Amino acid sequence: MDLYLPIANLSVNALVIVALGFGVGWLSGMFGVGGGFLTTPLLIFYGIPPTVAAASAASQVTGASVSGVFAHARRKGVDYHMGGVMVAGGIVGSLIGAWLFEFLRARGLIDTVISILYVFMLGSIGGLMLKESLGAVRAGRRGQQVAAARRRHHPLVAALPFRWRFYRSGLYISPLAPLILGLVTGILTMLLGVGGGFFMVPAMIYLLGMGTAVVVGTSLFQILFTTAAATMVHATTTRAVDIVLAVLLLLGSVAGAQLGTRFAARLKPEQLRLALALIVLAVAIRMALGLGWRPGELYSVEIG
Amino acid sequence: MRRLLALFLAPLLMAQADAPKLVPDASQREIEIAYSFTGADLLLFGAILYPDARAAERPADIVVVVKGPSQSVLMREKQKVAGIWVNADSMRYRSAPSFYAIASSRPVERIVDARTRAIYELGLDSLQLSPIGSEPQTVQDRFVRGLVEMRRRSGLFVEAPGAVEITGGVLYRARIAIPARVPVGRFTAETFLIRDGRVLAAAVRDIEIRKSGFERFVAAAAQNHAIVYGLIAVFVSVAFGWGAGALGRRF
Repeated sequence: MDLYLPIANLSVNALVIVALGFGVGWLSGMFGVGGGFLTTPLLIFYGIPPTVAAASAASQVTGASVSGVFAHARRKGVDYHMGGVMVAGGIVGSLIGAWLFEFLRARGLIDTVISILYVFMLGSIGGLMLKESLGAVRAGRRGQQVAAARRRHHPLVAALPFRWRFYRSGLYISPLAPLILGLVTGILTMLLGVGGGFFMVPAMIYLLGMGTAVVVGTSLFQILFTTAAATMVHATTTRAVDIVLAVLLLLGSVAGAQLGTRFAARLKPEQLRLALALIVLAVAIRMALGLGWRPGELYSVEIG
Repeated sequence: MRRLLALFLAPLLMAQADAPKLVPDASQREIEIAYSFTGADLLLFGAILYPDARAAERPADIVVVVKGPSQSVLMREKQKVAGIWVNADSMRYRSAPSFYAIASSRPVERIVDARTRAIYELGLDSLQLSPIGSEPQTVQDRFVRGLVEMRRRSGLFVEAPGAVEITGGVLYRARIAIPARVPVGRFTAETFLIRDGRVLAAAVRDIEIRKSGFERFVAAAAQNHAIVYGLIAVFVSVAFGWGAGALGRRF
């Protein structure tokens, strides 16, 4: 079923895009990540221009995070205070990201920078997750309980001035730390079309020392608003948000997310983390190879 | 004075009256891009009118060129730097056709010489791209070859020797495929009648390619009402996520 995308200016097989959305949504429901880190590269492999892919993937992540935010909010799993600070940082970050995007695009470096960022971020996070989950799986086999790491924030975070109380997170820290985290995520969202959950969740646990009960909900809350802001910034600057592409992705991903959530309930958490680590590493390796291989197309054309 | 002018013009006009004429037409004057657009097949046809009926007996060739609106483009070339492929050299062209298709009754190199091909831009090796900058000829050639190869692979540059069919020496027809990723704008279909390496007649027809209905509405909204468009995109994604969550809880 061919469908013409009015902004990307090409026709795609609608079923392939819906299936892609479904697969990513299924993974995102299963692992509690937005899935943007898979959508953008997959759309680019399919032949969608990178800018349109990043801009439209952001709105898919918005959709994927909404139902999660509602579910966590009912369980009081969202720290709105902390989330609000992060969103403020995220909005500033997406404006910086927009400037950076234009700066790199004008020099023809945007695609390379996107790939390098993906390789480094996914490679390091995937590697850490793999190590941690392998340890947990092995310990589980031997029948040991893994002692939960003692919750504490990083010394750098403790050194920041003006402390606020974040009741639901159980923290008394400077709002600058979540603000900076939000800012970095905003930049990444703008450049890569990702929600940043895969980066935010570990940072909230290991850097801020937030209580795990509110980490996922707050991260989803922040993702919801940051990706919405990034969609707005893309719509007004690059004008590359393809609403038809976004709807196709959403159709698949919201359905996939519902099924993925149910499927996840049947698996052990450490197995889930191991599987996610392998997927993240596979994307990173594919991207790294893509940088080093001689590309099929040496030339690219920019109009205007 | 007027008499003098008439004297000068007379041979020209006579030559004009002697020269054959082309009456071109196209199957579509407008191509509308709608949601199901996967490309179009353009049929270009017409008649050759010879003032002297016997002239039709000597075979002539027909070349049809369809050109898209010209664009100013920046070409970038990837090179391997420190183990990874990055954009390095670049070249700017003031007027590169966004679409170029040439159909002819015989391979165009056999119909006209290189000079005539360059004058009328007949063939992918004869495009006048007007590069900006003063790179050496070898570099220029490399970039032009790159651009042509790339657009040829994506179906935006097409060479179809032998695709023009001439019936009875007076009727011609050619079919040109317009791919889905064609740019919108005013296209021109030029027809040339060529014999003995000389262009005897030429005629031009305009073809308009544009987005229609919903596609035009979306593209215009994204361009002219960016804020509203962005808000709608956000609203749609929130509505989808919320709707799926609400449905999911029921089952």
